[in-house]
Amino acid sequence: MNVLVIAETMQGKVTGPVCELLGLARRLADQAGGTVAAALLGSGGDAVALELIAGGADKVFVAAHALLVEYHADAWVPVLARICRQAACDAILISHNAVGADLAPRLAFRLGTAVATGCVEAALSAGRFTLTRPCYGGNAREVIAFKTMPVIATVRPGCYDMLAADASRSGTVEQVQPELEVTAIRTRVVARKRDAADGMRLEDAKVIVAGGRGLNGVAGFGVLAELAHMLGGAVGASRVPCDLGWCPRSWQIGLTGRTVTPDLYIAVGISGAGHHMAGCGNAKAIVAVNTDPAAAIFRDARYGVVGDYQQFIPAFISEVERLRG
Amino acid sequence: MRIVVCVKQVPNPEIAASQYCVDEQARTVAPVAGVQWVMSPFDEQAVEAALRIREAHPGTRITVMTLGPERARNALKHGLAMGADEGVLLTDTAFAGSDSYTTALTLAAAIKKIGTVDLVLTGRQAADWDGGVVGAGIGELLGVPVIAFAKEVHIEDGVARVERVLDDGTETVETCLPAVVTVSNELGAPRAPSLRETMRAARKPVAAWSASDLGLAADTVGAAGARRVLERMFIPVKQNRCEFISGNSPEEQAAGLAQRLREAKLI
Repeated sequence: MNVLVIAETMQGKVTGPVCELLGLARRLADQAGGTVAAALLGSGGDAVALELIAGGADKVFVAAHALLVEYHADAWVPVLARICRQAACDAILISHNAVGADLAPRLAFRLGTAVATGCVEAALSAGRFTLTRPCYGGNAREVIAFKTMPVIATVRPGCYDMLAADASRSGTVEQVQPELEVTAIRTRVVARKRDAADGMRLEDAKVIVAGGRGLNGVAGFGVLAELAHMLGGAVGASRVPCDLGWCPRSWQIGLTGRTVTPDLYIAVGISGAGHHMAGCGNAKAIVAVNTDPAAAIFRDARYGVVGDYQQFIPAFISEVERLRG
Repeated sequence: MRIVVCVKQVPNPEIAASQYCVDEQARTVAPVAGVQWVMSPFDEQAVEAALRIREAHPGTRITVMTLGPERARNALKHGLAMGADEGVLLTDTAFAGSDSYTTALTLAAAIKKIGTVDLVLTGRQAADWDGGVVGAGIGELLGVPVIAFAKEVHIEDGVARVERVLDDGTETVETCLPAVVTVSNELGAPRAPSLRETMRAARKPVAAWSASDLGLAADTVGAAGARRVLERMFIPVKQNRCEFISGNSPEEQAAGLAQRLREAKLI
């Protein structure tokens, strides 16, 4: 099968989740004899195209245009629709984040085809392509097939391994002339507010200390930040503290927030509802700190601590400091 | 101004994970008996967004619309009790088994039947399938702009000004009406129905439209027209075993955890 990966970039680099998609695309294409293409919008940088080829792409479509540098649905959708038709692909893979979740359904309707969002598995068996995705707030999974092609899927980060970058791989780069008509752009961005990034991006963090309703207030995030800082990690949250204004909304991890894949995820005062676990379930190891021994989070955790975080976390900080001498 | 809010009735998503089970034959999630059907929470917030707009623009008429079986009428009643003006129930045996495509197709046809609609609001995703597809689909099918994941919606002189949620912040987007806006939880809590509105709701009109009322052939809607085929459903099985760190004090527990994380090379 022929697979097209939509290559989002960040600061002129291909993102980790896009590399994972290239790895998945390569597997699907090799399994049934097909090719992997990537679509790169906004940046005409050859270096990025070569990065995509090293990551598994056979062909890179580059659409360079000032209006495509930042994601803007009305600009991206028509250009991508054209590339998708040109690439004659069977599947289109998009990383599942705020951009992908906005883009994929629009692109599907524009192309007159089917879409599945937030997928965790893609499989090709006897020529039949299926996708598995969480539903019912992360409590159940559905496996779906499609009557129309191409199939568009947003895939959650951390579900597939990226390939080791191989600079000797060969591939072609095709410049696409985006015929962007100003009248097609019906929406106008008048302001952007980025939350102050305190340290690293959650998606890049190897360690995340996340807080939930059980923190009982904004003050709890101070002690979590201290721990995260000491471990060289980032602070996240479940939805409740964001809704209550205890922390910025951009810290939200889960079904409607960000998807993270750290090595160590320390969940403090988080009950472990399915919708939260959908955003952190692929962490290598989860530590749960909760006063309720029956909390669902302990079913996902490798290590559990039953107790009051206000006593435990400071003690844990001292202990790690002591171990490190 | 005319606003249509598309809502969905779902099994109460606040129930515990253990209350879900899957009917493998029917390929449905079957919450245990007694679980209530409610309006999907993001859709309640979409109704709330519409009510706030009407407060700023008296004379606005708000229609709540749903696609579902007869019991989905209760989701409309909830919207009317929150303060919406009228309801539209899209119900037909042909609609059964709709996927996000046929749902958007049916809702878009019903919105066209209403005629002049300035704004379509809906939740960012429904709490059953968590797809987040239908809102964008309605916009594409109607050929109008879509703004997803709204935190705030303001209307001024035929222009929608929407603050929408990004992964690392927000952006403010403007577009001319008509438009579709999907609403996220950042909008804030929806109002609870007041006693007065609940009493009034009983007298508000609710229309029921079938496929033929919408001019849709039975083989283009529901499962027949769907692009997605549901192959299987399951509850994920967790192989995990949690090791509880024992100790007589927080200090002992801290020492135990630090030691294990050190051994596992996690810190």
